[in-house]
Amino acid sequence: MTTAAEVISRSEILKEFRRSKSGIAGVAILLALILMTIYAAIAVPLESYRQWNNPNFWIDTPKAAAPAWTNLLGPKLPEHIVMNAKDAAVSSSMEGAMRTVTYSFNVNFDYNSYPSDFMMPYSAKYGSTQPALQIDVLRPDGKVFRIYFASLPSSQQGSNEFSARVFSTDKLIMDSLRNYLGDFAYQQDISRPQVMIFSSSQENMVLKGTYIIRETFYLFDPNDSVINAGITLGGEVYGLMGTDELRRDLAIGILWGSPVALFIGLTVSIAGVLFGLIYGVVAGYKGKRTDEGLMRISDIFYSLPTLPLLIILSVTVGRSIFLIVGFLVIFGWVGMAKVSRSIALQLKNMQYVEAAKLMGQSDIKIVFRHMIPQLLPLTFASIAIAVPGAILVEAGLSFLGLGDPSIPTWGQILHDANSAGAAARGLWWWIAPPGLMIAITGLAFVLIGNALDAIVNPRSRRM
Amino acid sequence: MGGFGRFLIKRSVNMIIVLFATLVLTIALLGPAMDKILLEAIRSSVIEQVNQSNIKFQTPEERETFVKNRIDLQVKNIGLDEPWYAPKRFTNTVLKVMVLDLGKSSYLTSESGSAKVQDIIMEKLPKTVLLFTTSILIIMVIGLYLGAFVANRAGSIWDRLNSAFAVFSNSFPTWWIGMLMIFAFAFTYHIFPARATPLTPPSDPLYPLDLLYHMILPVITIVLVGFGSWAYTVRYFVIGILGEDYIAAKRAIGVPEKRIIYSHALKNAAPPIVTVIALSLAGSLSGAIIIEAAFGWPGMGSLYYQAIGFLDIPIIVGITYVLTVIFIIAVFLADIVYAYFDPRVKVA
Repeated sequence: MTTAAEVISRSEILKEFRRSKSGIAGVAILLALILMTIYAAIAVPLESYRQWNNPNFWIDTPKAAAPAWTNLLGPKLPEHIVMNAKDAAVSSSMEGAMRTVTYSFNVNFDYNSYPSDFMMPYSAKYGSTQPALQIDVLRPDGKVFRIYFASLPSSQQGSNEFSARVFSTDKLIMDSLRNYLGDFAYQQDISRPQVMIFSSSQENMVLKGTYIIRETFYLFDPNDSVINAGITLGGEVYGLMGTDELRRDLAIGILWGSPVALFIGLTVSIAGVLFGLIYGVVAGYKGKRTDEGLMRISDIFYSLPTLPLLIILSVTVGRSIFLIVGFLVIFGWVGMAKVSRSIALQLKNMQYVEAAKLMGQSDIKIVFRHMIPQLLPLTFASIAIAVPGAILVEAGLSFLGLGDPSIPTWGQILHDANSAGAAARGLWWWIAPPGLMIAITGLAFVLIGNALDAIVNPRSRRM
Repeated sequence: MGGFGRFLIKRSVNMIIVLFATLVLTIALLGPAMDKILLEAIRSSVIEQVNQSNIKFQTPEERETFVKNRIDLQVKNIGLDEPWYAPKRFTNTVLKVMVLDLGKSSYLTSESGSAKVQDIIMEKLPKTVLLFTTSILIIMVIGLYLGAFVANRAGSIWDRLNSAFAVFSNSFPTWWIGMLMIFAFAFTYHIFPARATPLTPPSDPLYPLDLLYHMILPVITIVLVGFGSWAYTVRYFVIGILGEDYIAAKRAIGVPEKRIIYSHALKNAAPPIVTVIALSLAGSLSGAIIIEAAFGWPGMGSLYYQAIGFLDIPIIVGITYVLTVIFIIAVFLADIVYAYFDPRVKVA
């Protein structure tokens, strides 16, 4: 009879693994994930990852926008347009002591629906006399809407820089638009400026063409200056993967999720399986009361319900990613302990182990030099098989709202999607990619693990 | 006493140790937080009382000391002056949790308006049981027949498809499939409601029907993700049985193939299958929590989800305890059944 510990050489394992199609597929997926991780580390600014849960960081992106490529498939939805001082035609003039600086933005609006919102960020440097800001929109049909005219807030101390944004929800804009209701042949709604400004005056549809948005600053002091002015038209499509309700670019979240998932999956499975391996081999080798005691303890861990206890632990102890990894290890070693104990029971009666014992080698040396190396191939297979479970449990915890709040994970993205009711609102780009990534990552390790297991585990070899 | 009796005792002792260990761990982890919450509640109620009453104070310090004395008095009355690990308090808490006397929840209430943790949990438990027994029964029936079907055609395209499906469906988070189902059947095609909480009040005579209608989508999801690995497990055991001599003998005397597979092989493969079913039933309970949260099914899982959101500690302790008890009993029963059918376990 062949025992589970039958020695298979390393080159033999490699040779057989290369013949396994599913194993190769698993390795290919894993390589793709590692490439993603490298790309994330090089190309995506680390800042975006730290700021994931800071809403202020994501103010310049649109809200719940679909991926940009969806425009190729369906009706042309407005893209997200961000323009700043560089994109503007600037002119200035003097009228006595008053200086006017005008930034004109040409926006070619050629889409089938309206922008989701808009805002005009600006920053200016001024002293005690506040400058005034006036915003006009020149429409393709020749009409001019003056949508905003107000003085900037008074500066607190001396000459300093002041930055702010004019939002489409500004009450002044709505009040100004009331003057133009008569220009429309049908009922318009001033509470949605982004619709009214971009509507045809004859029928209820988008007026396509080139809009000129003019931001004019009136400066009353020669030392005052405008530092920046811009406009952001909120789109309904954005980037490769769209954005979520909190304007976060999902491509960044998905990309950063991959190193986090790999870290969690691999650390938990390696630590858990190695601990289980040593635990089981020691129990099997020592036998008698040690074995009995160790197995009782592992029985207790075996019958603990994982998720409820994980929930309690993260509610009370903490939610940092390292703590979560630690908790997962606590519940992740029992299976390997049972398997390696049963193999160690067979191994310890092998002649070479008994010989080593007779030669007076220490127990530690026998366990680590003679027994554990025999179990290494099985260990690798077990590590690969244990990864998906760890990733799924972490994703589940994050989904329940117990993930590490300082980093984006796929499970957390899905938690946010679930709380915002994304599925019922049809925001598929918020739901599909994170779950697919979880599944693909898990699948890669299952395929590798099963292929390895078929080679090194004689029991599955027979099947 | 026979081997089986000894085994029973050993297992029972193990079960009680596990139950107790979990309970102690839970209370140890949550003890400080619970104390803090209780203390906060006392403080605000005392300050409220002082504000309502007509007691006049000469100085703010006098008022301060008065409030402090009042709080200390109440703290002493309910034994909060001792830490949570003091023997008397600890035993008290353990006994209370065991009979599910967890006091009042901090935020959440039951549908009938009760704030008692016991009432809230007892209201949700049957719905969780309903959803999961229904799904598991369907999975079992499909899994048994599909498993036997592919076992008879080992190596065929059906067999390989089934194995591939089992691997795939195991990698997907069930709750994520649930979100996709909501997207497909509630948003794209308006067949099922997006949230699984019925809108009719529980007192309505049509409530059970409405509940069943809301249950369809979660059940479909659980079955879809679950049956593949089931069939795979059944296939594993049936193939083992089909290799036995007595099956060959049955074939030789001309028993129809269908009868061999579905009657003889399945019947003999039943004990290990039942064990695995019981074990994974207990395991799927964890998944259950998350699925309910994804669908908003009004059971223990959604309650857990809400309690975590509000940090409603008494409810979190209660659910953890109930789930632990269910899980441990399921594992215990599986062990017993398995040992009953497999004599080798008793001896070992």
